[in-house]
Amino acid sequence: MYEPFLQIIDVSKRFDNVVALDKVNLKIEKSEIFSLLGSSGCGKSTLLRIIAGFEKPDEGRILLEGKDITKLPPYVRPLNIMFQNYALFPHLNVTNNIQFGLKEEKISKEEINHRVNEILNLLELNGLEKRKINEISGGQQQRVALARCLVKKPKLLLLDEPLAALDKQLRVQTQFELVNLQYKLGITFIIVTHDQEEAMSLSDRMAIMKNGEILQVGNPVEIYEKPKDKYIANFIGTANIFNVLNKNNQIIIKELNYEVKNINNKENYFKCLIRPEKISVKKLENQSDNLNIGVVKEVAYLGSYTKYLIDVNGFEFYSFMQNSLVSDNLQIRWDDKVQIIFNETSIYFFND
Amino acid sequence: MIKNLKKQNVWFVFTPYLWLVLFFFVPLALIFKISISVSEWGMPPYRDLFSLSENGLEINSTLGNYLFIFSDPFYIRSYLNSLSLAFTSTVLCLLIGYPIAFYVAKSKTNIRNILLIMLIIPFWSSFLLRVYAWKVLLQGSGIINSILIHIGLISEPISMLHNHYAVILGVVYTYLPFMILPLYGYLVKFDLNLIDASNDLGAKPLNTFVKVILPLSLPGIVAGSMLVFIPVVGEYIIPEMLGGSDKLYFGKIIWDEFFVNRDWPIASALAMSGIIILVFPIIIFQLMYAKYNFKNE
Repeated sequence: MYEPFLQIIDVSKRFDNVVALDKVNLKIEKSEIFSLLGSSGCGKSTLLRIIAGFEKPDEGRILLEGKDITKLPPYVRPLNIMFQNYALFPHLNVTNNIQFGLKEEKISKEEINHRVNEILNLLELNGLEKRKINEISGGQQQRVALARCLVKKPKLLLLDEPLAALDKQLRVQTQFELVNLQYKLGITFIIVTHDQEEAMSLSDRMAIMKNGEILQVGNPVEIYEKPKDKYIANFIGTANIFNVLNKNNQIIIKELNYEVKNINNKENYFKCLIRPEKISVKKLENQSDNLNIGVVKEVAYLGSYTKYLIDVNGFEFYSFMQNSLVSDNLQIRWDDKVQIIFNETSIYFFND
Repeated sequence: MIKNLKKQNVWFVFTPYLWLVLFFFVPLALIFKISISVSEWGMPPYRDLFSLSENGLEINSTLGNYLFIFSDPFYIRSYLNSLSLAFTSTVLCLLIGYPIAFYVAKSKTNIRNILLIMLIIPFWSSFLLRVYAWKVLLQGSGIINSILIHIGLISEPISMLHNHYAVILGVVYTYLPFMILPLYGYLVKFDLNLIDASNDLGAKPLNTFVKVILPLSLPGIVAGSMLVFIPVVGEYIIPEMLGGSDKLYFGKIIWDEFFVNRDWPIASALAMSGIIILVFPIIIFQLMYAKYNFKNE
């Protein structure tokens, strides 16, 4: 019988009458990287703390490999958590921090040393064994925090904003390292983050949370291309959302006054999304062509691509265009009239 | 450091030191002078250290006072009594104060402020009054005895006053805030995630306390213990008000030598010995501890 690795069933939690989690249901598969994504106060950290065992849910159950762990205290759960501020023990050196958890298990000294050395090698922490926590860099602290968890060989690793404390350059590098590490070890990762880019690049699947509820679960492509609603569309990336009119069997994008012809599904939709990178603009050559014309309101050159803010009859939206050719100057400038081009298959219809 | 100070700032720094020299080291030197003087009838009741006579300059100095007090087990016993009182009350203050400090530090900010004010409010009333209040509570016709008799636990008042238990009670009550406040100072900075991390890594609550919380609050424990232990060794008023004849304490002995026996040299020698015996181990301890802390920073 199919059984998900981790199952969160109807979990609710209130703090002083403020609802932190409202009947949350989630299934997480073995060996996947799963992200809980949402802005602050959405309940993602509470959910993580409930999985770790620091908080008890008011209602609901948590099943790990089919076993109910809802009532187990954190020190017997076969999972570990990496804290946002790492929570490394400042009075212990790197080695003692890493072996802290092993000493709580009934393991021989040789085994402890063996496993600590193994993890020191894996995370390239050799040479830092005797250092105090405040004598090593932020990136090294992050690896020690990771090592301290991984050395316990947990079934599940929870990571609370794992990259938030790192500076930007280190963050990108560490993202890849985390994914590689997870691939090597096959441990299930649950990552809590507010950074959508981080969630997109790290996760196999992710859940978008808001006000203690899960809005949508899916892989990054699904979430980005087929968001369930306006909130998700706006939360992940930049979204151009248009209103859709259905009349006389015609489907019209209202703001652009554009009729969508090649559409199979004739359901009644009220909204549609076209991501900015799927809209391109072209400088108008002859004035006669009056189909899909807009005015450039803002131009932001960002190196690899350029952002244009386009105005059509007072409605503004974005077009992102790759700078795929070398040129000394941008072809399109402020107040230029441009033709708006997009592929009808790039339109995603939804109901709000 | 002093080299970098501007001229006007030098005064700013030296004023506290001036205070310390004038009101601590000068009196201490005077006490030391008296402690090596020879006792005699008169006013003041000791002979001047230096006097001029036909034989020229005479030095009337003696170590006899010190030899005398160290040869008399009476003085040594009273000092040991004071040390044991200080030790017992420090341990009790720590046992009672630590959970309180921990609880206050862990509370939410608004509750924490109320709790802190509650800790400090007793300081607004006179120390003497508070100790006297205990006298009223503990005496034969006091509230505690009345209640116990009323509910039928005892038929006659128990004598709770004028013994060394009453002294310990008074000392612990009076000095508890001096233990709690420094402990609180360290515990409030304590990152509660460390407790979660320790639990998560498999440490049960007791192990978490011993391996994480205790070592990280050690500086607070040391500071609080010093603040209780040192003044209690010389404590005079509480044993005088709540104590009995079962144990004599060092502070009382010095008082008696000064004001009852009018033997200033002996009293001074007692005070000096008390300081020397206590101060040197503490300085050594502080230095070692500072070194240990420095290594851990």
